[in-house]
Amino acid sequence: MTGLRHLALRVAGVIAATLLAGVAGAQTNGAPKPDAAILAKGEYLARAGDCIACHTAPEGRTFAGGRPMPTPFGTLFTSNITPDPETGIGRWTADQFYQMMHTGRSPDGGLLYPAMPFGSYTKVTRADSDAIYAFLMSVPAIRQPNRPHDLKFPYNNRQLILGWRTLFFREGEFKPDPSQSAEWNRGAYLVEGLGHCGMCHTPINALGGNTESQAFQGGLIPMQNWYAPSLTSNREAGVGDWTIEEISDLLRTGVSKRGAVYGPMAEVTYNSLQYLTAEDTRAMAVYLKSLGQETPPPAVSSVPGSESSLLLSLGKTVYDQHCAACHGAQGQGKPPHYPPLADNQSIQMSSAVNAIRMVLNGGYPPGTAGNPRPYGMPPFAQTLSDNEVAAVVTYIRTSWGNRGAAVAAAEANQLRSAPLD
Amino acid sequence: MAERVLACAPCHGAQGEGTRDPYFPRLAGKPSGYLYNQLIAFRNGRRRYPPMNYLLAFLPPEYLKEMADYFASLNPPLPPPSVPAVAEDALNAGRTLVTQGDATRSIPACTSCHGPNLTGMEPGIPGLLGLRPNYISAQLGAWRYGTRTALSPDCMQVVAGHLTEADVTAIAAWLSSRPAPAERRSVPQGTYALPFACGSQPQ
Ligand code: HEC
Ligand code: HEC
Ligand code: HEC
Ligand code: HEC
Ligand code: HEC
Repeated sequence: MTGLRHLALRVAGVIAATLLAGVAGAQTNGAPKPDAAILAKGEYLARAGDCIACHTAPEGRTFAGGRPMPTPFGTLFTSNITPDPETGIGRWTADQFYQMMHTGRSPDGGLLYPAMPFGSYTKVTRADSDAIYAFLMSVPAIRQPNRPHDLKFPYNNRQLILGWRTLFFREGEFKPDPSQSAEWNRGAYLVEGLGHCGMCHTPINALGGNTESQAFQGGLIPMQNWYAPSLTSNREAGVGDWTIEEISDLLRTGVSKRGAVYGPMAEVTYNSLQYLTAEDTRAMAVYLKSLGQETPPPAVSSVPGSESSLLLSLGKTVYDQHCAACHGAQGQGKPPHYPPLADNQSIQMSSAVNAIRMVLNGGYPPGTAGNPRPYGMPPFAQTLSDNEVAAVVTYIRTSWGNRGAAVAAAEANQLRSAPLD
Repeated sequence: MAERVLACAPCHGAQGEGTRDPYFPRLAGKPSGYLYNQLIAFRNGRRRYPPMNYLLAFLPPEYLKEMADYFASLNPPLPPPSVPAVAEDALNAGRTLVTQGDATRSIPACTSCHGPNLTGMEPGIPGLLGLRPNYISAQLGAWRYGTRTALSPDCMQVVAGHLTEADVTAIAAWLSSRPAPAERRSVPQGTYALPFACGSQPQ
């Protein structure tokens, strides 16, 4: 559930409803049954948009909603989007569905919370929206009333969504860039649109200014404590110097020669990206590679030099004893199953949060069609002290040519209480 | 497979034998179906222990089945029995409850499901030996308070619901003081009939 919480937090900063009435929607529901190809396309696109993961509760019925999305402002519960006429979207027309995807307004004109990623889905074409609609209308209808959101005052007021929309919502379908290849454009369409990657990967201070946004500063998410790296910086998640194949492998299988996904990103691969065709993940890779350009100056450490050399020697001892068996004496790993740590930009980012959490909590990359039996990393929260965690993370961030900064024991200590769900 | 489950070793031991931490259970030799049910319950958040919920969150059922089969196939020695930390009469009360139950309080004998030698039955009923008293108490407590649930009908919830705090302490002390029987394997499915239905144990 990590990913969901993350998303909800990214968007909860601002929130709620308009009085603008009556959106489109004259078309009725009695259209002839769509053919199998459209349904298959709709199902595929729904995967690309990861609708099922948000709109299905754990052990709940598919698309019947009710999944909690915790935020610092309270808990949102996702909606029933099965074709049940009373409690689902069975009475919606294809026009109304497109209006919702495109504008973030429900048929009665009400504004949706941006935890429903219409900020990205607005880029989806009418044809693709219609295919998703046709698919959703074909799934079993389930009668399950929506659970009311449990938001604290004043966030329970949908009027607040207007503020968010003014700042961050840009309505409009994807416009291909004629100077780029068809493949690049396909990738851009998926990443910016259905993939809603920007909900996590857009620099967090984009929320700028108000008090809530302060909580997001530096990319560290309150309650969640994962760092969502920038996709445009090669010192973060930017993949400018990866091969297309490496990027595509990472997205589709969860592992690659360069690194593995974990935390909220593992959920994205598990629920969505693994179901995409090789052509589509390749197109996304082409687009992502073109983004990874900017290379900001190396991070500066707050840990004094004398302390960090002590940390380093302890770090090497811990590393050789606990990590080298999997990640290699020189941090070379055994890719793709044990990711390399040498020359792995995701552990050198100025935020050390993700590396510290990996050491404390361990993890398995997601089990995917391309990598159904992943190898895992043990959690070290029990075995290593704060000092040892800080030392080993400092060691891997600064050895073998890595140019990350040292971390302090206090940082490791703080992250021990980071939530795991 | 051993290498694929290295992530489990710090808490459950390299052979699934358990570790010194009394709350970290032995996995080895428990029926595969039982282990699988637990892995699915952790994965779906129905049974809670955040470090495990986290590890399993994005692993597919087929792979969890393989992990369950693997730990079920191992058979490292049981740890030495615990020295009971309760008085003699509590220990006796524990034995009586486990082997005979208490009909006046609707408590069935634990052995009626977990087997005469407490080694469990394939595919869904675990053995109760080789567990530490703290772990046993914690699990029975979790059922009483509803934080652990099994597939419906959840017979253990019914059983645990009839137990008092003192019963739990007595049972945990007696069970954990038992030496290992010669044959530690669970008996095959259908060896004996259960007193009432359990969702985890297809009849
Ligand atoms: C990150 C989680 C998330 C994802 C991914 C997501 N949704 Fe939603 N969706 C929500 C939430 C939360 C709401 C409720 C918003 C509100 O009440 O304002 C919602 C509301 C809706 C509604 C409005 C239902 C109603 O009765 O008003 C529809 C329709 C919908 N989503 C369809 C989709 C489709 C189609 C997809 C995939 C293309 C999708 N959602 C993906 C979280 C998500
Ligand atoms: C729920 C939030 C979330 C969403 C949605 C999301 N990501 Fe991520 N992503 C993360 C986090 C957190 C990390 C850091 C952890 C990691 O490296 O796996 C990450 C890491 C990455 C990395 C770097 C991996 C590495 O090893 O260096 C890439 C590339 C990436 N994401 C691409 C994408 C793409 C493409 C999408 C859209 C299809 C996407 N992400 C959607 C949260 C998210
Ligand atoms: C049993 C093998 C094993 C051991 C021992 C191990 N790891 Fe890992 N490590 C892995 C695997 C597998 C992954 C990928 C996990 C994932 O994607 O969730 C990983 C991922 C990582 C990552 C994230 C890499 C990335 O691409 O961003 C870091 C950092 C890391 N390990 C550090 C360590 C440190 C430090 C130690 C010792 C304290 C250690 N590991 C011990 C197997 C291991
Ligand atoms: C951080 C320590 C830790 C790690 C790592 C860990 N577990 Fe566990 N596991 C526990 C604890 C503690 C419990 C008991 C939880 C409870 O109180 O219900 C448990 C319970 C279980 C159970 C249920 C046992 C029973 O008899 O009911 C299974 C099965 C299991 N773990 C399998 C695994 C597997 C497989 C892995 C590796 C993928 C793993 N665990 C990793 C700590 C851990
Ligand atoms: C009607 C059959 C039945 C009876 C009677 C019964 N159990 Fe159980 N027990 C089960 C089943 C089935 C499970 C597995 C539940 C699951 O899938 O989580 C279980 C699981 C357990 C566990 C969890 C073991 C572990 O490794 O986590 C404990 C402890 C336990 N029982 C103790 C007892 C005690 C003590 C008694 C007697 C007071 C008892 N049981 C009576 C059917 C029974």
